[in-house]
Amino acid sequence: MIWRAAMVVLAFWVWAGSAARAQPVVVDLSKDFVAITAGFTGTEVLLFGATSGYGEVVVVIEGPKELVGVRRKEQIAGIWINGRQVDFKDVPAFYQVLSTNSLDEWLPLAVREENQIGVEYLNLKPRGEIGAAEASEYRAALIRNKQQIGHYGQVERRLQLAGGRLFRSTVFFPANVPVGKYFVRTYLVNDGKIVSTRTMPLRISKIGIEADVYRVAHQHGALYGIAAIVIAVMAGLGGNALFQRR
Amino acid sequence: MFLYLPIAELSVNVFVILGLGIGVGTLSGIFGVGGGFLMTPLLIFLGIPPAVAVGTEANQIVASSVSGVLAHWRRGNVDFKMGSVLLVGGVIGSTFGVWLFKILRELGQIDLVIMLSYVVFLGIIGLLMLVESIRAMQRARSPARRRKLHQHNFLHGLPFKMRFRKSKLYISVLLPLLIGVFVGILSAIMGVGGGFVMVPAMIYLLGMPTSVVVGTSLFQIIFVTANATFLQATLNQTVDVVLAILLLIGAVIGAQVGTMVGSKLRGEQLRGLLALMVLTVCGKIVFDLLVTPDELYVIATGGGH
Repeated sequence: MIWRAAMVVLAFWVWAGSAARAQPVVVDLSKDFVAITAGFTGTEVLLFGATSGYGEVVVVIEGPKELVGVRRKEQIAGIWINGRQVDFKDVPAFYQVLSTNSLDEWLPLAVREENQIGVEYLNLKPRGEIGAAEASEYRAALIRNKQQIGHYGQVERRLQLAGGRLFRSTVFFPANVPVGKYFVRTYLVNDGKIVSTRTMPLRISKIGIEADVYRVAHQHGALYGIAAIVIAVMAGLGGNALFQRR
Repeated sequence: MFLYLPIAELSVNVFVILGLGIGVGTLSGIFGVGGGFLMTPLLIFLGIPPAVAVGTEANQIVASSVSGVLAHWRRGNVDFKMGSVLLVGGVIGSTFGVWLFKILRELGQIDLVIMLSYVVFLGIIGLLMLVESIRAMQRARSPARRRKLHQHNFLHGLPFKMRFRKSKLYISVLLPLLIGVFVGILSAIMGVGGGFVMVPAMIYLLGMPTSVVVGTSLFQIIFVTANATFLQATLNQTVDVVLAILLLIGAVIGAQVGTMVGSKLRGEQLRGLLALMVLTVCGKIVFDLLVTPDELYVIATGGGH
């Protein structure tokens, strides 16, 4: 009995050790493709993985980078109108952070800045001439707006740890989720240093009729316009026919 | 039941949109108005981006005008010659309007211009209708005075005169052309057919007989809104056919309900009610423009200009 148990423990040690040497952290997603169909109201993706057992885990989910303009409203003659616009380059369309523990307590600022972990550490650079104070106001506003529509995390989400080695969490993508190529980066951090990184791609795109409508509208605007008019004329004739029969 | 709108890029409750279509369609049926001037602001209140609401509503009006014009055509109440002159102006106006729309959108001011246009026009129309319906209620007992067919004024001195047999008019083509251009611009920017401006202009400025006014107005609205739909789709990609189809279904049902309800109710009181609704919508837009927003910064659509 004792021998047998020892063998099992030994086998596990060997396995865990080799796994740790090869991949100190492994991670997977319940799906690597999110389809936005006609009935799409948002979806949850399960993220799960395992570590070699030492350190904390932090996961960053980042959407495609885009150029985003932020406008400040100004009151002119009592009416609120859009004033100055500041553009930001390389803004992730979607950004969430999950971690096994409060990031402030165990992740050094330098590491967070270098790897852009946490919305406040995102490298959002305004384009054009703008003062530092104003830039940071616009930057904060951009993040606030993104949080408001659910594209950026409001609060740090927790990864649930089981047995100190297995972690899992769900990631919610809302109905208005931006489409494109996402990256899910998982960091294993030990003693304030990143010891391992894993990156998983995740694609979010519109499929089915919705996707076709969008594609035709944006690539063949004239054709789309004509189709829209034809549909309307037919609907008008159909509606009139209904009236006549009554 | 939720449905994802591909161009507006958000999901909406199908029954809310259908209900809106039925509601506004019922009003159209009762009053014989297009309803675009109510539908577009209501869509905006629901969270549809104003640019998409305007483009899509132009598309929907094509359908309701086609449906409406057939009945008038059968009764011979369409002046095709006058309609053609108006629609030439309308096509010029709506083309200019969509171009203006694109520029304003790039400047980030299109939402404001749409809202301000609505405040001005809903305010004026709401007040006029209210006054008119109150007067009508007061007049109900006293006998109606006869109005002259039309009066001669400086407008009849303009050059390029043309004879319009159906309307019994011999006037300069410049006037209907200009009215067409003006209504075309409104149509493109506000997402309306423009009947609420066109009809009074035809009666009071052109002096057309009221019997042919609605049919002729509908006839030219088809082409002007079709032009606006085509250009909005080509230049701005703001026509959402999925949303348009939902609104259409509602509008067809609503128009039937409306004609049934309309035949059983008193006209002046209903018109007064419609006037109050128009003024309420106007008031809500004014409030939204004046109240200090919770968030002073907004993400610009598209970005990068």
